[in-house]
This record gives sequence, structure tokens and C-alpha cells, in this order.
Amino acid sequence: MIDVKDLRKSFGDHEVLKGINEHIYKGEKVVVIGASGSGKSTFLRCLNLLEQPTSGVITMEGQQITDPKTDINKLRQKMGMVFQHFNLFPNMTIRRNITLAPVRTGLMKQAEADERAMQLLKRVGLPDKADAYPGQLSGGQKQRIAIARALAMNPDVMLFDEPTSALDPEMVGEVLQIMKELAEDGMTMVVVTHEMGFAREVASRVLFMDDGVIAEQNEPGAFFANPQNPRLRDFLSKVL
Amino acid sequence: MAELFEQLKSVATSGGKLTGWQSFFVKFYQAFIEADRWKQYLGGVGRTLWVTAMALVIGVILGLIVAVVRTAHDQQRPGHRNAVLSIVNFIFKIYTTVIRGTPMMVQLLIMGFVIFASSKNFALVGALTLGINSGAYVSEIIRGGLMAVDSGQMEAGRSLGMNYTDTMRFIIVPQAVKAILPALGNEFIMLLKDTSLISVIGGKELLYAARGIVSRTYEAMYPFLGTAAIYLVLVMIFTWLLGKFERRLRQSDRR
Repeated sequence: MIDVKDLRKSFGDHEVLKGINEHIYKGEKVVVIGASGSGKSTFLRCLNLLEQPTSGVITMEGQQITDPKTDINKLRQKMGMVFQHFNLFPNMTIRRNITLAPVRTGLMKQAEADERAMQLLKRVGLPDKADAYPGQLSGGQKQRIAIARALAMNPDVMLFDEPTSALDPEMVGEVLQIMKELAEDGMTMVVVTHEMGFAREVASRVLFMDDGVIAEQNEPGAFFANPQNPRLRDFLSKVL
Repeated sequence: MAELFEQLKSVATSGGKLTGWQSFFVKFYQAFIEADRWKQYLGGVGRTLWVTAMALVIGVILGLIVAVVRTAHDQQRPGHRNAVLSIVNFIFKIYTTVIRGTPMMVQLLIMGFVIFASSKNFALVGALTLGINSGAYVSEIIRGGLMAVDSGQMEAGRSLGMNYTDTMRFIIVPQAVKAILPALGNEFIMLLKDTSLISVIGGKELLYAARGIVSRTYEAMYPFLGTAAIYLVLVMIFTWLLGKFERRLRQSDRR
């Protein structure tokens, strides 16, 4: 579904991604772990071109994302993204947060989008918050709304950039629960996270990134039980 | 009152001595009441407000366009540089540099006596000059406001597939407006006071009226003090109105 070939990204002289080759298949739940600075967030942000790769080719369902002629707005509509800091729009209600993009991109009429928003709000367990403003919600609620907002575009794949890292510990569970349900529904997901429990339980594949490359990957059972790379062993011994 | 004035005036002109209060009365009467001069001040205030409003509209529109173009230029993805945008951005950069780098008075004189030397509509030329001047400052204020909005907001909008224009319009600009309102209010007050400068090219605003009266009566103190007082009152009124407006905005801001 998403194919990455020799992806490189430098910020100035600092090379963050040093050649990544990866293929993400439809329905897969890929969890990316690694120490901070290993390039995992940059990798994720390159997938929907929030970061412009320095070199390399990314294709999604046959369409080359990195080609300058590609309509990136169209492609991004197919890739939902959830951020560490939620990035809800503080100047509008929750309903409008969710419906703005579908309506403005011509995907839905306002009435249709409103209906879809209520559906999604029920799904994330916050149907009574439609007319609230982001500032009135807790961190966990904000992130659930952010997930609903991304889902409103009916994306083919969801990208999660450390979705629980900015949350108070007691709110992590509610967000992971929503993500788990989403995974069970068959959504293709790429998740950058430090939640090893989530990786073990939900992932179909776990990638370990270290120093700008994918140093090791495996299905979660073997990944955690029998790590090969010494850096990964070291990393796991610190976080588990 | 008019009789008392005539009586005292004839005493003064025939070499008689007036007491302090009598002399104050004569000068004050001359400055504001004789020959219905207060109407001239009032007309001046009206023209001042008109010039301010015109200049404000020009300044804000110009400032917004310049700010959006310059921000859009700076936020282009590498490898996707738009040639037209680069040229316009360059022109706008020259505009802000020249306008901010030369005194307002000089700009007025050039506009009034060089570029629009044949125009007799001094107030309009003055308003245009003030608007162009204000636009350069307003553009920097707005640019600062746009840049101050968290970059995650733009990323969120774009990641949902919305284009740059829509993201700016619905997400970034509304948040920036709230942040720049105090600075914009300040610019507005400066503009109101700077309208007094257009009297140098013959714009008939408040100070022009006062100067006319001074040259008629050979008495500078009361017309100028009166003018200062009028400006002060105008600014105080606008400060109060702006404060009210800001409070209203903050009420709807439920962050």
C-alpha cells in the first residue's frame, strides 16, 4: 500500500534518515519504536510530506507521493494523521473541527459531515462534546477528538505520531482503547509510540529505528522475546 | 457675551489694560467663538476622522495582502518555489523597506508636491499616503501574528488534505487576529494623530483649521491647546472602544 525506497532526510548537515526501505501492506498495524532522535517521527512525517524528503521515493497505491507533480492535498486526504500535541483548532467547536476539512475539500456536504461527525463522536465516546471548544476538554478527550477528526476524511491509512506522549498517565488508556478498536476494524495504521504494551498487543509488525535506519523488525512476539540487535536489547532493557 | 467681548476688545485695542480674567476671556472667545470658529474645529475633526478611516482601510487591506504574500512565500516547500510569488514578495519587501526607512513627513511632501502635484484633493492624497505608510507597519504586525500561531495548526490543517489558502483562512488567520488586535489598535491611534501631518500639503483637517485661526487672530495658545485637547479626547474615546472590543473577543475565546 505504501512503499518507501531509500528515503533520506537531512536537516542542514544533520542526516536524520539514512536510507529507509519499507513496505506497509493494507490492513497492517506497524508500530515504530526507538530512542528519541532516532528519526521515527521524521519517518512518519515524510509519509504524508509534512517533511519534504531530501531524496528517495515514496509511493502510495501506485501514486508517487514524492513526485512534485502529485496533488499532495488529494493524497493527504487518504492519510489521517494524529499528532502528539493534538493540534485541534482552538477557534472552533468540536463539530466544526471535525467537519471543516470534509466540507472544504468537497468530500461531503455540511449536513452529511455533521451526521458523520456525530457518528464519530459516538465512536470515540464523546457525543455530548459536539458544541464544546477544545479548551474545555482534557488531554485524553482532545486526542480522541483528534482521532475522530482524522477519521472524518475516511482515510485509507492512519498515522499516529506519539499520540499518548503528551497525556497525563491516567488518560493514556482511553486513547489506546480507541486506537485498539480502530485496529480491530481493520484500519491500516502506522504508529510511532513508546507504549510497548500497545505494540505487543496490537501491532502486526514492530520496527526498531536507530540512528536513521530501521535496525530490526519482527512480529511483536519474537520482537520482544528474542531481540537480535544489541542496541534494541539495550533499548528494551531500559523501557520494559 | 458677544457684547462683553466687543467692549473688552475695544478697551484692549485703544490701549486700555485688561485684568487676567478679562484677557483670558477675550483670547478664548477669539479662538473658539468669534465668527463661529468652533464650526471650523468641528469640520476639522470630521475631516480628521474621515482621513483616519480611509487610511485605516487602505492600511489594513494593504498590510493584509503584503503579510499573507510574504508569509506564503516563506512557507513554500523547498523545491516548489513559485516564481510569481517570489517576484511579488521582492516588490513588497522593497515597499516595506522604503516606507519604514523614510520619514512620514517626507513621504507626504513627495506625494503631495511631486506625484500628485496636480491634484487639488489634498485630503484624499493625504489619506492615501497615510494608508500606504500604515500598510507597511500593519503588514509586519500581521506577519508577526501569523507566525506566532503554533506551526502544528498549519500541519493539522494540511494533513487533513485542506489546501494552503483554506488552512490560512479558517484556521491560522482567525487565531492571528486575536493576537494582533492590541498592536493594531496602537497603530490605529498613531494613525489618528499622524493625520495632523497632512496639513503640510494643505489637507483641511483639525490642525489646518487651528492654524488658520492662529493666522487670523495672531494668538497661538488657545487654538493649539484646544487642538491638543480634541486629539486627546478622540484618542481616549478610541482607546476605550478598543478595550471594549477586545474584552468582547476574549469573552468568546473559551480557551
